Amino acid sequence: MTIVAIKILLVSISAGILGSILGLGGGIIVTPALTLLFGVDIQHAIGASLISVISTSSGAAIAYIRDGITNIRVGMFLEIATTVGAITGALIAGLISPNLLYIIFGVLLLYSALAMLKKTKEELPEEVPLHNVASKLKLQGEYYDKALKKQVSYNVDNVYGGFGVMYGAGVISGLLGIGSGSFKVMAMDVFMKLPLKVSSATSNFMMGVTGAASAGIYLYRGDISPIISAPVAIGVLIGATIGAKIMQRLKSKTIRKLFIPVLMYVALQMMAQGLGVKL
Amino acid sequence: MSELNNKEKQNSRKGPNEVEIFVSQSLRFGVLLSASVILIGLVLFLTSGEGGYPGEYYPTQLKEIFAGALSLKPFGIILAGLVLLICTPIMRVGISALVFLKEKDWLYVGISTVVFLILVSGFFFGK
Repeated sequence: MTIVAIKILLVSISAGILGSILGLGGGIIVTPALTLLFGVDIQHAIGASLISVISTSSGAAIAYIRDGITNIRVGMFLEIATTVGAITGALIAGLISPNLLYIIFGVLLLYSALAMLKKTKEELPEEVPLHNVASKLKLQGEYYDKALKKQVSYNVDNVYGGFGVMYGAGVISGLLGIGSGSFKVMAMDVFMKLPLKVSSATSNFMMGVTGAASAGIYLYRGDISPIISAPVAIGVLIGATIGAKIMQRLKSKTIRKLFIPVLMYVALQMMAQGLGVKL
Repeated sequence: MSELNNKEKQNSRKGPNEVEIFVSQSLRFGVLLSASVILIGLVLFLTSGEGGYPGEYYPTQLKEIFAGALSLKPFGIILAGLVLLICTPIMRVGISALVFLKEKDWLYVGISTVVFLILVSGFFFGK
């Protein structure tokens, strides 16, 4: 038992590192690793991946917020959309077949992966207009980029589009317990045109809240198993602390190159799930 | 007008401001506390080989979880730690609301309060 716990811990550390760099919850590593490598049933794997999401978020946010990468206002404002979405998702989880949703959101993710491909040469977004709602909400900001060694100021565009995608991200995470981070980064990067590091850190920041919004429901259902979730929580917290240090020193271009294949994988996986094909 | 200029100065101030430092520290507190509790429970479980409950059973209701933790049942302690971990982001939202209140940023006091209420209601929807 101790050996299994240590193995889960090690897998979770790597999930935490990757998740915190990319602004994802680490569910894309934790869920398949638990089901395929450790034979955990999908119900408890999803419960553990929800714990992974919350751990990545809180673990990484300590550094990201302190270092001013996270845009707290953007995060707070968009959390209205994600939390309402998450509760919607958790409530309809038992009622409707989510297949159509999987396909729709899979296509949306694939589209955004392709949109991101065009940006691979771009280190920071250029000439972004300040949306009038963004201006009213004071969403624009700046951060110190440790890779570029300079202060970066940025504007925020298309607040409505971002808000809508965030609601969808919330619904998906409530339904699945995973996959919401990729939508959050997409909403901020592709729609609102924030710098990628800010999108990733802010996605990280928000993920914990989205996760917590539906975690109570999973807990009551008995999906959060103490044996599995304990090493996941500790491993991911360690990994996220390390990842938050690494990410700040990476170039946005590098992060994007890591992000696109992960995004495509999640997109294909979702579409396959919707069509009932096993990958 | 001068008030507006002041606000703009605050927003464009370089480096982390009070909101950021305070929110970061509250997160650190929540993470360290929940990780320690989970670790204690996990070590107790691995050394004793028992979860403190018959068979594969573990509690799923808050009352039973905390009762189990208080009577030092390993699964009860782990789950109590996990509940604390789940509560950390919720607490973070509540604390942000208070910090925005202190800065008299009424718009964001409203936004954080709405998010906080939605989150808390999420815990009751599950019942």
